[in-house]
Formats: sequence, structure tokens, C-alpha cells
Amino acid sequence: MSEYLFYIVAVITVTTAVYLIFEKNPVFGALYLIQTMVSLAVLYILLEAQFVAAVQIIVYAGAIMVLFLFVIMLLNLDIKEEARNPLPFQRIPAILMGIALFTVICIVIRSKLLQGKQDQYTTAYVQSIGNTKLIGNLLFTDYLLPFEITSILLFVAAIGAIMLAKRKL
Amino acid sequence: MITITHYLVLSAILFTVGVTGVLIRRNAIIIFMCIELMLNAVNLSFVACAHYLNSMQGQLFVFFTMTVAAAEAAVGLAIIVAVFRNKETVNIDDINIMKW
Amino acid sequence: MLNLVSLILLFPLIGSAINGLAGKRLRKETVGYLACGAVGLSFFVSILVFCGLLLLPPEERLFEKRLFSWIESGSFRSLAALQVDPLSTLMILTVSGVGFLIHIYSIGYMHHDKGYHRYFCYLNLFTFSMLLLVLSNNFLLMFIGWEAVGLCSYLLIGFWFEKKSASDAAKKAFVVNRIGDFGFALGIMLIFLNFHSIDFTEIFSAASHGNFETGNFAITMITLLLFMGATGKSAQIPLYTWLPDAMEGPTPVSALIHAATMVTAGVYMIARCNVLYTLSPFTMTVVASIGAATALFAASIGLVQNDIKRVLAYSTISQLGYMFLACGVGAFTAGVFHLMTHAFFKALLFLGSGSVIHALSGEQDMRKMGGLKSHIPTTYKTFLIGTIAIAGIPPFAGFFSKDEILLEALIRGNFIYWSIGAIAALLTAFYMFRLLFITFHGESRVDHHVMEHIHESPKNMTLPLTTLAGLSFAGGFVGIPGASAINHFLSPVFGGHGHAEISGAETAEHHGAGLPYLMMVISTAIAIAGIFLAYQMYVKKPGLPKRLAERFRFIHKLLLNKYYVDEIYDAVFVNQIKKISTQILWKGVDVRVIDGSVNGIARLVGGIGNIFRLLQTGYIRNYAFYIVIGCIFIVVLAVFGR
Repeated sequence: MSEYLFYIVAVITVTTAVYLIFEKNPVFGALYLIQTMVSLAVLYILLEAQFVAAVQIIVYAGAIMVLFLFVIMLLNLDIKEEARNPLPFQRIPAILMGIALFTVICIVIRSKLLQGKQDQYTTAYVQSIGNTKLIGNLLFTDYLLPFEITSILLFVAAIGAIMLAKRKL
Repeated sequence: MITITHYLVLSAILFTVGVTGVLIRRNAIIIFMCIELMLNAVNLSFVACAHYLNSMQGQLFVFFTMTVAAAEAAVGLAIIVAVFRNKETVNIDDINIMKW
Repeated sequence: MLNLVSLILLFPLIGSAINGLAGKRLRKETVGYLACGAVGLSFFVSILVFCGLLLLPPEERLFEKRLFSWIESGSFRSLAALQVDPLSTLMILTVSGVGFLIHIYSIGYMHHDKGYHRYFCYLNLFTFSMLLLVLSNNFLLMFIGWEAVGLCSYLLIGFWFEKKSASDAAKKAFVVNRIGDFGFALGIMLIFLNFHSIDFTEIFSAASHGNFETGNFAITMITLLLFMGATGKSAQIPLYTWLPDAMEGPTPVSALIHAATMVTAGVYMIARCNVLYTLSPFTMTVVASIGAATALFAASIGLVQNDIKRVLAYSTISQLGYMFLACGVGAFTAGVFHLMTHAFFKALLFLGSGSVIHALSGEQDMRKMGGLKSHIPTTYKTFLIGTIAIAGIPPFAGFFSKDEILLEALIRGNFIYWSIGAIAALLTAFYMFRLLFITFHGESRVDHHVMEHIHESPKNMTLPLTTLAGLSFAGGFVGIPGASAINHFLSPVFGGHGHAEISGAETAEHHGAGLPYLMMVISTAIAIAGIFLAYQMYVKKPGLPKRLAERFRFIHKLLLNKYYVDEIYDAVFVNQIKKISTQILWKGVDVRVIDGSVNGIARLVGGIGNIFRLLQTGYIRNYAFYIVIGCIFIVVLAVFGR
């Protein structure tokens, strides 16, 4: 069952992602991206990462993409803007380059370069405590410092955004 | 049976699509969205690795990545708005004074 | 008590730092007292160290104070460590004692100067450097002190740097010293190559335990190079030219340079390395010859100079020549003894001349002085004592030390050394009393504007004068022949050589016991003859010098122009170097080769850049494309590259 689900969701994800990069209208693009993210959230659930899946939908598909849509509509962009292309010769090499990159990444995946160490958080163990609770525990104990730094980062980003967006200081 | 390789290859596809998008698109907002797509692809590989290694670190890292992405989106969009205000365009080919 | 030795260095350094950093905001009194207090304290500690050393039995009088490990690199090790032994103790007593008096004197002398705090900062630093030089226990630390002394002399000679002559003199002192320092540094490197150590104790014990036969080539080279450093610092032929010009600094500085610090460094260094020098007879001959030659040469120049400080400067060079003569014949004790007594009376004479100059509102030309005896009585009396001391009349300090040098020159050296020394002694007595008579006796030739302001110096200037006068009188008693305390005290350092008592025994065998006493009579007679001659020429028949000068016009002119040595140096070295620098180095090498290659490279880079800047399209997508290429390349490299 989950096997089929994976393939279905994977196909949806890739399709919407490809649609995104060829879509002329940024609003549709944003919607495709939202779909990609939701599909990714499904994959996260398949991977037993319920908390991340929830955050994915809330933060990414919710907050960030809404921000994108908001900006797109605020700027009210003309769809035909991309008519003039000063770099027409880059299109094919770019796609070829993308394929090359993909090949290289696949080679890396296939090679035994990437090795990992098994940890103690088996599925059964995580389920006995609860994914969210476990993440919370770790965040507020072992990862407290990065967590706090994150708060500073967000704070700085908020101030920076205000500074940049304001017309006159 | 779905192995980690499936997830990593999917992640690679998404990442490559994002890269290609950055290379061929001219609308700054769409480029920006492609960058978000690349971030998401990386997140997927994180979660996949975490799952297959019975580790929690991957998920925690995704959490931090999302925070950074949120901050980046806020600042990046603010920059795009500021640029648009100055140049009346978000076509990055028009923003080409970064030379010589 | 010996553990306190690091404080000796610390006080002047702190004083210098405070005055240098915050002196501008301090009151003048504070600056002066701070500087004097610093040196005074280090003098006090020196006395404590001296007492501590006396309490030990003579053979154990060697103490090392390790401060910290300074440099360690491969087989090279250098500790920052201080060494207390009789020689260094004698030096620190002299340096800090005389330095202290000069500091006190400076409060009065420099009172009106606007660079007051700067002056005291340098002065303290100078004292610190010299103390470091004499206290260090290895060659490298000594070299630091050696260089720092050179730096401070540069700063102080050029203290009034607005004056071109002063800044020129400072540069000259620095450059000439540098030539010597070059030799000194090479000597140190050679020492390290041969001994694998720069530690005094290790080197000297290695050298004295017969690892090197007498006349060893390496040792000869080392000692010659070290001596080259000494000729620079201690103003010997051929590097003496900077010292007379050093008069451009404030007078107390001259006193400090000539008496307590700087010029004594070379003598100290040779005395310190006596073990090495005795291993090389050739170097000893060189040292003695140069010392003797300098003594005579400088004394002859001193005969006709008219600038009061210049006469004293040549006198210093001449007396330093004596010290080297003593070291060169192996009488290190006599050399160090003369160094000490010379410090007393030369400081006295310089401070006295400073007092004269101060009284005359800055006049330095002796021809515009005269008859000052009654106007500045204290200065006159102390100056007289100093003059008698340097002339070598018993029982003043200079007599004992100079007599010992002459005696040793005769016994250990040969008759030529002795006769040169004796002639120089005659000249010394003559020109010093000439100076005294012209300045203080006879009728006044002082400008009457200046005459109105003439005044005795303030108490803080006369006090050091009287103290030094007392020392110049009594300082020689530590070295009375036969019962010489200084010989006894220094014998651990100089071991078997430089030991007057042994030589005394030899004397008794070879020449009979009467020789020392005969020599005393002879040298006293020489001194009196010089004084009598000066009296005849400058008091009895004031017209005689002029007639003589006309009669022997050539010699007079030669002496007055200091044998044209400066001009010869200019013609042979300075101008040639200038010519080479301008014609070849500047217009050839610099403009053509260096500038050419630099500009050529710039043009090449510019040309290549012109091609490659086409890559910089300004299109962000282009740049992103390059980044992706780079990423792929790096990944490929990481995967397949190993």
C-alpha cells in the first residue's frame, strides 16, 4: 500500500515541480509549489516524521507560500514580461547541466560514499514516546543553543525585512 | 519495498528541477520559488536518511532549515519588493549592473 | 636579596611607560619625580643586590634569575634570564647610580623644555636598556639591550629634532652604530654555530675547558666581529665619528651616553667575553692597537677644539681607547675599573659643562667664555675636581685607574703601548686644563647681554655635581695598587687573567718590586707636565697658542678639522654609496627592473583581465550557471578524484 502511495506521490511531486519551472504565470507557479510541498508532507508522513509533515504544511505551504502569493499580487506583475530573452542560448545548456547534475548526484547515491550510523530512535521507540514529544525534548535539551540562535535569526530577519520594505526610514 | 535510494533519487530529481528552474527562468519570484524547491528537496533527503538510520537528527535539522527558509523568504521577498520599487521590474536580466 | 634583580629592570621600564603614555597629562613635577624615583629605586635595589652578592663567598658569586623561556626553535633555546655576578653588579651600580644623578640634574636642566615628559620617557628607557644589556645572561638578550641603547641614543640625540643638525647627528649615530651592530649580530650567529648555545655560562665554560686551542680561527672571527660591534657602540676607530656629533642632544644626555650608558657597552661586552678574547691573541693585539690609536688620535683632536662639549666628547673617545687598550693587553680589571672611574668624572664634567652652558644661556663656544670662576663657584669647584681626576693626579679617581692601565700596558704589552698611553695622558692633562683655563680663568669674553643673566645653577643641578665630585675624588680608592678591592671583587669573572695580583707577582719577578711605584711617579709627572704646559700657554702667555697655531698652521688646521675624517668618510663611503644608489640602484634597478616588472605584471594582468571580464555579463543566471558547473566539478572530483 505505502509503496504505491510513494510512487503516486512522487509522480505528483515531480510533475508539479516541473510545471512550476515552465509556468508563465507566477500565481500558478506558486500554487504548483504549494502542491509540491503538500506532497512532500505526505512523504514525510510515510517516513514517520509526523511533526515535520505538520510543520511543512503549516509553515511552508501555509505561511511562506502565502507570503509569496501576497508579494506576487502586490507587485501585480505582467505575465508577458519574459518575452525578451537576452540569454536564449542558455536554455538548452541549462537543462543539460541539470541532467548532468542529476547524474552526478545519482552516482554519489549509488556509490558507497555516504555512510551513516544507526541510532537508537527506532520506529517502535519513537512511537512509544511520540514523535512531537521527542523532538520537543531534544530541541529544549541537546539542541537548545541552535534553537535559541534560530530565534535570533528570525528576529533579525523580521527587522531586516521591515528595513528593506519600508519606503523611507 | 521502498528503500532510501528511492527517496534520495526523488530528492535529487526535485533538486535538479529547482536548479534548472533557477538557470532558465527570469522572473525573480519564480527563481526564488525554485530555491525553495531546492531547500525542500534537501529536506526530503534529510528526513529519509533520518528514517532509515533510526535517527532524530535529520528531523531536527529539517526544523532548522525551515526556520532559515522562512527568514530567507521574508528578507528575500523584501528585497524583491525593494528592487521592484526602484526598477519597476522583477526581471533579473534587467538587474545586470553587477559586472566590470 | 639577589632575587630582587628583576626589579632593577622593572622600575625604569614602568617609569618610561607611564611618562611615555600619560606624561602629557601629568604635571611637570610628577613627571620628573616619577622618572628620578624609578631610577633611584633601581639604584637602591642595585645596592641591595650588591650587598647580597658580598654576603656570598667569592667563588659562589654567580646568580641566575630566570624570567621566562623566550624563544625555543629546534635546537635553539633562549631564556630571558638575568645574571648577577661581580661584573654585572659593578655595572648596574655605576649605570643606575650615575644615571640617577643625571636624572636629578635633568629636572633642573630641562625645566623649560616643552618635551619634558618625552625626554624623561626616553631617559628612563635608556637606563632600562643599558641595565638590560649588562644584566642579561645570554648574547641574544644582550643584543636586545644593545639595540635598544642604540635606539634610545638616536631618540635622545635627535631630541630637538626640529634642528636639522640634531636630526642629522641622530641619524649618523644610528647608522654608524648599525654598522657595528651588524658585526655584533654576525658574531652572535657565529657563536651559536660554534658553541650551539648563546648562554654566557655555557659558552665560557666550553671555551675555558680547552675545547678550543688558542688562536682558533673561529674564535678569532667571533671576537673580531664582536669587537666590530664594540667599536661602533664605544666609539673607536674607525666608527667613532658619531660620538662628537652626539653633542646635539641635551647635555645631560651627553653625560648619560658618555658616562653611564651606551659607550661603556663595548668595554663591558669585551670584559664579559674575556674568556673568548684571551683565546685569540690576534684579536687582543687588534683591540689593544685600536684602543691605543684611538686614545692618541682623539686626544690630539681634543687639543684644539673650541666647543666645550666637543672637547669632552673627544676626551671620552680617548679614554675609551684607554679602556680598550687595557682589555687588549688582557688587563680586563683595569679596563672595567677605568670604566667606572671614568663614568664618575666624565658625568661630572659633562654635567658641569651643562651647568656652564645653562649659566650662559646656551653658549657652547669656549672662546666666548672665560673668567667664570667667581660667577658660578660651585660649578667651578666641581669641574676642577673632575678635571684633576681625568688628568690623573693622585689621589683622585682617574689616577689609579689610568696608572693601572699604563702599568699593565707596559708589563703585559710592550713599550709602544705604554708610550702611546703616556703621550695620550699628557695630552689629556693638557687639553682638559686648557678647557678649564679658557672657561673659568682669565678675563671674561662673555657677551655682555649674556653676562647680565649669568647665574649659578639651581640646587637640583649642583647637588649631582657635588656628589659626582665626591665620587671622582674617592672612587679610585677601591683600586689602590697592592690592596685593590676591585681586583679582588672582579676576580671570579676574570678568572686567572686580568688579575692584577698575579701580574704584580710577575712584575716582582721580572722587573723588581719597585716598578709600580716608579710608574706612579712617572704618570704623575706626566700629568703635572701637561697641566704646567696648559698653564703656561693659557694663563701665563695667552698669546702663545695663537702664535703656535700660525707657526704650525697645517697641523693646527688638520686637528681643528678632526683629520678630515668625516670628509674622507663622506667622500669614500657616503658619496660613493649615494652615487651607486642614485645611478644604479634607483635609476637602474628600481626604475627599470623593479618598477618595470611591477608595471609589466600589472599590464599583463590588465590585459588578461580585459579578455576574461567578458565572462562577467552581469546576468545573474549566467553566474548561477557557472556555480552549477563548479558544483558538478567539485562533486566529480570528490567522487572520482581519489
